[in-house]
Amino acid sequence: MVKRLSFLGVIARVFMWAFLLGLAVIVLYPLLWMVLNGFKTNAELFGNPFALPVDWSFTNYQKAWNRGVSDYLTTSVLVTVTSTIVTVFVSAWAAYGLTRVTIPFNKAITALILGGLMLAPTVALVPLVKMFQAMGLYNSFWALLILYTAFRVPFTTFLIRAYMIDLPREVDEAAEMDGAGRWTAFWRIILPMSKPIITSTVLLHVLFAWNEYLFAMVFTSGSGVQTLPVGLTSLMSKHGTDYPVVFAGMVIAAVPVVLLFFFGQRYIVKGLSDGIGK
Amino acid sequence: MRAIVQRTLGLAWVVPALVLVGVFVYLPLVQNIGFSTLKWDIYSGDQEYVGLDNYTKLLDDPIFWSSFGNNLLYAVISIVFQVFGALLLAALIESIRSDRWRRSLRAIYFIPSAISLTVAGLLFYFMYEPNLGPLNHAFQAVGLGLFDQSWLGQESTAMYAIIGMSQWQGFGYSTLLFAVAIQRIPSELYGAAAIDGTGPIRRFIHVTVPLVREMTGLMTMVTISGAFQVFNEVMVMTSGGPNNSTQVMGTWLYRSGFVRNNFGYAAAIATLIFVITLGIAMAQLWVTRRRRVEW
Repeated sequence: MVKRLSFLGVIARVFMWAFLLGLAVIVLYPLLWMVLNGFKTNAELFGNPFALPVDWSFTNYQKAWNRGVSDYLTTSVLVTVTSTIVTVFVSAWAAYGLTRVTIPFNKAITALILGGLMLAPTVALVPLVKMFQAMGLYNSFWALLILYTAFRVPFTTFLIRAYMIDLPREVDEAAEMDGAGRWTAFWRIILPMSKPIITSTVLLHVLFAWNEYLFAMVFTSGSGVQTLPVGLTSLMSKHGTDYPVVFAGMVIAAVPVVLLFFFGQRYIVKGLSDGIGK
Repeated sequence: MRAIVQRTLGLAWVVPALVLVGVFVYLPLVQNIGFSTLKWDIYSGDQEYVGLDNYTKLLDDPIFWSSFGNNLLYAVISIVFQVFGALLLAALIESIRSDRWRRSLRAIYFIPSAISLTVAGLLFYFMYEPNLGPLNHAFQAVGLGLFDQSWLGQESTAMYAIIGMSQWQGFGYSTLLFAVAIQRIPSELYGAAAIDGTGPIRRFIHVTVPLVREMTGLMTMVTISGAFQVFNEVMVMTSGGPNNSTQVMGTWLYRSGFVRNNFGYAAAIATLIFVITLGIAMAQLWVTRRRRVEW
């Protein structure tokens, strides 16, 4: 009886590993194919799709870079960095006010800010276009900065608030005893104590801003203000069938966030699970 | 008096967030409802009040209904793979003894979630491409020429091809979250089950599933809500074609407003998306609140 069970156990384990490793191949193969295609010529691309590139040259990367990817990358970096800074600070301020300061209408304000989590960007699209045209900010860097911030403040506040609410009360009391005002207490004590969640929210916002497509597509046109996700689709439509160049552009867009994930994985997972766990 | 002043000053902490969310998230939402009662040409600026005309047209629009159906299909398939599939997968991974393998597998499965839907969509556009894509070549190589198809080019397969890409892109994210939820289950519970002689399948059903059900509920709602907001992958892979067979509500809204210049109609679609996503969010709040009381 015991023997039979362990025999079944071995079979089950073999199947499990075959499944898990097979799935890993399904995940990794398209990514590998993408990287390899960035090194191929168009003729090679239309030949055997499983073949390796003949000549490992960076010509396609150079072409992609010169055909607009350098502009898209600059815009993406600019939008990502600025919107991350503004979003995280605005959210940290709000989270501090909602958890550590006695303010009137606290419950209503919390509900209002966190309620933004439920609203889809598509729903606001038409009025936002009209609003930004009226403000003269349509087709500008400012449109993306403002929208990426406004639509991510609810989620970011939600995560930081869940963290700050658990910091011990004595911290604020000690700060008050020292005669430190709210402003000093926030910068010197609460913000440094919240470093883990700040790191998570920074990483999550970078992933969001780097990859966002809907707003970037509707609110920008022309290579001066387009971010990478939109730029890649114009690279595809503008340059006909020179596909290896498109693959090179895709790799340029993908590598920073994949690296970021590998180095920041711990923080991303912890931030999400701490926030959602509550 | 001083206390009141101080408390009011405290509001300064939340004002930036309130203004941003109020002006750019809530205000457009309200305006949108007004816009949905207009016949509105954005280029000429002509506006005309038409009451509920946009909504009655919408209900008679077969493409709107097929778009809605595609969102629904998206939701159902995503629940199967990204909720139930991901839960099973997370349990499998967490049952591995080697810490290094557990971490590596979780990380590998997550990679597609880190890259953008645009890159993933373009990548699968090429994977499915009949001439240069490896998918059809692979089917031919193993003698399944039957599956040699223009996946995105024909109405019967295009939507499934897009949804398939989206499962590839998204399952690692929910697997990661389920894995964390499973790690939080006190190990004594599994120990007790092991002493009772229960096998791994029973342990999964009687220990894991009930103890991660809050996460399961949350992931179900997030997945459904996401399925009704799909836009990016469809735009990149087919723009709604062939013959509107892959339109979803988001892309149909975009096409109605920005391509066919009918902003009132687009606003009406937006209102319906709002009602649906709000309904899902309310259901989520209701479910989590009821559970809290039970515990």
